[in-house]
Amino acid sequence: MVYDTIIIGGGLSALICGIRLKKAGQSVAIISTGQSALHFNAGVLSLFSSNNGKDVLNPLEEIASLPETHPYSKVGTDNVGRLALGVKEIMNEAGISLYGDATRNHYRLTPVGLFKPAWLTMKGYVAVDNPDDFPWRKVAIVNFKGYIDFYPEFLAAGLQKKKIDAIIDEITVTAVDKLRAGAREMRATGIAGIINQPTVDDIAEKLNEIVAKHHPVAIIMPAVIGLTDETPIDNLQEKVPVPIKYIPTTPMSLGGMRAQLKLQHHFKKLGGIYLLGDTVTGGNISENRVISIDTGNLGGMSLKGDQFVLATGSFFSHGLEATVNEIIEPIFGLDVDAPTSRDEWHSGNFYDRQPYMKFGVITDKEFFTYKNGERISNLRAIGAVLSGHDALKEGSGAGVATITALHVAENILKR
Amino acid sequence: MDKFDYNTRTNFEECIKCTVCTVYCPVTNVNPLFPGPKQAGPDSERYRLKKSSFYDDRLRYCLNCKRCEVACPSNVRIGDIIQRARLKYDTSKPSVRDRILSNTDRTGRLASRYAPIVNGMLQMKPVKKLLEAGLRLAPKRTFPKYASTTFSEWYHNEAEEAQLKFPKTVTYFHGCYVEYNYPQLGKDLIKVMNSLGYGVRLLEEEKCCGVTKISNGMMESAIRDAKINLSSIRAAIRNGLGPIVATSSTCTLTIRDAYTNLLGLDNRDIRDNVMLATRFIYRLIEDDGGQIPFLDRNRLKIAYHIPCHAERLGWSIYTTELLRMIPGVELLSLEPNCCGIAGTYGFKKENYDSAQRIGQPLFDEIESINADVVATDCETCKWQIEMSTSSQVQHPISILADSIG
Repeated sequence: MVYDTIIIGGGLSALICGIRLKKAGQSVAIISTGQSALHFNAGVLSLFSSNNGKDVLNPLEEIASLPETHPYSKVGTDNVGRLALGVKEIMNEAGISLYGDATRNHYRLTPVGLFKPAWLTMKGYVAVDNPDDFPWRKVAIVNFKGYIDFYPEFLAAGLQKKKIDAIIDEITVTAVDKLRAGAREMRATGIAGIINQPTVDDIAEKLNEIVAKHHPVAIIMPAVIGLTDETPIDNLQEKVPVPIKYIPTTPMSLGGMRAQLKLQHHFKKLGGIYLLGDTVTGGNISENRVISIDTGNLGGMSLKGDQFVLATGSFFSHGLEATVNEIIEPIFGLDVDAPTSRDEWHSGNFYDRQPYMKFGVITDKEFFTYKNGERISNLRAIGAVLSGHDALKEGSGAGVATITALHVAENILKR
Repeated sequence: MDKFDYNTRTNFEECIKCTVCTVYCPVTNVNPLFPGPKQAGPDSERYRLKKSSFYDDRLRYCLNCKRCEVACPSNVRIGDIIQRARLKYDTSKPSVRDRILSNTDRTGRLASRYAPIVNGMLQMKPVKKLLEAGLRLAPKRTFPKYASTTFSEWYHNEAEEAQLKFPKTVTYFHGCYVEYNYPQLGKDLIKVMNSLGYGVRLLEEEKCCGVTKISNGMMESAIRDAKINLSSIRAAIRNGLGPIVATSSTCTLTIRDAYTNLLGLDNRDIRDNVMLATRFIYRLIEDDGGQIPFLDRNRLKIAYHIPCHAERLGWSIYTTELLRMIPGVELLSLEPNCCGIAGTYGFKKENYDSAQRIGQPLFDEIESINADVVATDCETCKWQIEMSTSSQVQHPISILADSIG
């Protein structure tokens, strides 16, 4: 099987890149070992949110002063702003509604009641331009009885700091209660999976009782509604007179999961081939070009491509692996930017900037990868597998994933 | 550690507890009694290793669809961990019903001999009532029809002589479904292979692949059958009559993976030579310039349903690429949802409702798109879809055969 471009990895970065290439008429295959880390996304994408612990309000301005090894510097500040619009466009086309833009960060409300800067927030989640001017002065924080992945007291304390009147209440919904009696752990996706129209009606009825009792101007709930699309969120809102806002839960997180499914669906609808549950076991490189790759399932039948994109993620997704004394890229054995001394991998203080967060494959300005110091002329890397950024401390994970994906797709198409 | 060791041990400690498997488990959403793959598999495995009394009887609700393994980002063989635990710790004896359902060879042979009577009786309400009361078979289930001449009888009497004349050969593991229920699929495979210049042979001796026995806890009998199949497969390969092709995705997955992972039989020498016929045919066309003289199917709209085990094999791509080669075919891929029947699972009274609820999203999608035919590589998916929707279902090989000019 021969494709114009083969993308290794199936998460946010891979899908954005694949969709862009499909839209330009390329034949594209994505190979993904299982479901991606996007399932852990709390309904928000960040471009650049924090600089040494300080909130960043204008991410593009901040990006301009990053060192040249940072993926954003390789893309170029002007390009980042332009591509950010493209990312939002693709997500919208896939059916993911988003609030926000790259010229100015807004704030999201975290599960522990803190306000953090964000670039794009998915539908339903709390997103405000200025936390000191919170639009709802009296809120009811409502949990499902027995659901433990939600922390109303933290939220209430955080909101009270902003002088917002926050009361805590809980509801009992028959269908959800049955779940509690079952053998399964009570998780967001488990609840979302059983929510049908009668349950939505039941939830609405209980919420309306709370509205009648406390007169809040908004309700805040755990994000446990809408497994594969946003319809139940809309259906519930229709039946309750005050806005219902959602707070992300412990993974699997519904916002990220819906985004993954929608992007995957969009990619396939455009004619992309998405091979789920298959692992790329190695690549055949000749004269500094990848000729083909082998996968666990396809056995002796390799996939051939003109261009290859590595979007395998970081340690969590096995895009990088740590052995006793070495950080490796397991598929091709690419050159990795990481010290060989294990002592330099981490800092003793957990809350410090951790060096391993910046580890990744070495790339040039066009994101071409290297093996044994030689540039591989048709293998580029995108997203979390790239070196030079600290997704956690900078709040740049989703931004780097999507912006480098679009940038590389454009470069592939320019050829 | 050599590869065989790796395959036969469970890799539960590679689970990072992310729970994504449980999200994609078709059973968990409809049956609150099932703890979900993460809890039933890797989570409980370490307890079970400590003490067998930690074995939880609710593991029997697992469909063995392997969707958990497809979803797992860490390649944990969750489905295998669950099935192995069932085989190892479930000490209850299979019921008469489970033995009848599992012993596809004996049941099939008997039913084929009296096919017209059996087929007629299985549609009669009083008989269904009796089967429900006596055996706890699902009364609403439509039972598969039996053929009065088995595939192998037909082959040896009417086809073998011509097939032996082909210089190039594949050996066909036809499975119980083609043998006892639907010999036409085997005839279709022969037509397609012959059009590519290949003769089709059968194994010296073929037993049920064993999947039904594995699912129903009949370990010893499954191993006995598997050993016979392995020795027949080895003989075919040794005599240059390979590869071994199959039309059932479940038989293929069982021989390739379950023989090692669940039954502990070393199949490394033959594994790469056992494959779905669609994979072999695709390679013939793509790599070796093989050609099938196709007719134009004049805007035939096919909806393709990926059987769970074809998805686990990762080979549905060969089927879809082949169907796309037929002129005039419009191919739609249905969303990857389990149909719910899972072999013998959906025939059992206690599972019937769960099975139908699991399949509902698939049935709804099929009804909404109005295709001329649904294609799928699995026999029990076919029964389930035909019973639960207004659509006719054909095996992709049969569609290829019908498209030969």
